[in-house]
Amino acid sequence: MVTNGSSPGRRGLVDFLVQRVSAVILGLFALCVGGWFAVNPSAGHAELAGYLGTPVMLAFASVAIASLIAHTWIGMWTIGTDYLRPHYFGRVARGVRLAYQVAVVLVLLAYGAWAITVIWRLA
Amino acid sequence: MQVSVYRFNPEQDESPRMQDLDVDLPPDRDMMVLDLLEMLKAKDPSLSYRRSCREGVCGSDGMNMNGKNGLACITPLSEVVKRDRLELRPLPGLPVIRDLVVDLTQFYKQYERVKPYLINDSPPPDQERLQSPEEREKLDGLYECILCACCTTSCPSFWWNPDKFVGPAGLLQAYRFLADSRDTATAERLADLEDPFSVFRCRGIMNCVSVCPRDLNPTRAIGKIKSMMVTRGT
Repeated sequence: MVTNGSSPGRRGLVDFLVQRVSAVILGLFALCVGGWFAVNPSAGHAELAGYLGTPVMLAFASVAIASLIAHTWIGMWTIGTDYLRPHYFGRVARGVRLAYQVAVVLVLLAYGAWAITVIWRLA
Repeated sequence: MQVSVYRFNPEQDESPRMQDLDVDLPPDRDMMVLDLLEMLKAKDPSLSYRRSCREGVCGSDGMNMNGKNGLACITPLSEVVKRDRLELRPLPGLPVIRDLVVDLTQFYKQYERVKPYLINDSPPPDQERLQSPEEREKLDGLYECILCACCTTSCPSFWWNPDKFVGPAGLLQAYRFLADSRDTATAERLADLEDPFSVFRCRGIMNCVSVCPRDLNPTRAIGKIKSMMVTRGT
């Protein structure tokens, strides 16, 4: 049998673009925060909170958190569709995959909400 | 030298086994893996494998030699034997029919799916559809594939999703027609591949490039398909 997947249409291309754009955003955010630590080697929590609490960095951090969630979801979905298969799990494979995907979504939403709460406390 | 060969006859065996054989090789010359198999088959005619041209053109004798896929007829023992030992297995990821013979149905279905033929709806000219030398040059490195399945069966993405991921051999041919100036079905061909599996399950690990007996580069072709999708489809 040959199929074009459980998610037909253009989702492959959209996922591909989301992963690349989110990776660029995460790279830039890591450079900004890493660069700030490089030029402020003796900075403590208060200085970092001051830096991340500026409106531009708050917005950037929020976009970076959203990028991290989107990037992780696509990657974890890919891993699940690779390995959680009837070959290993028999007839319950579909249920195992569904449980895995629900768990991933819940964990990502929880981490996302927590990260947004932490970062916006600095505003 | 010790040779360990994968044996499985579904009419007799419940499960596959490895058969260890000691082989005395002529000391003064190298030989191809296929020559060794012919020696083994002369002693045990029940040993099964595919072969035809014995010069790397037909693509029949693809198999896994000491962990790496290749064509037995053009792989010298000196290149593949490690510590005086050679392990011969069928191409991985496909059902075994018998010994080193695999069922290539899934491989051919994926090949068929990419419509590996020219599509052009305009009325055919009196003689032929012409190409400039530059347009023809774009097909180099694509048309030479002999469909031996060494690349596709070395790809983990094909192992995990053989019904959904086209595989490197099929995608090389997909790009061969996407790159053809005479083909007019570019949009339809790309649309057929935009799901999350057909092309995008390729992670670029380049096992296909590493094993191709024709030194082709399916990973590059897959990258070009993705680029065409991004530039044309967004």
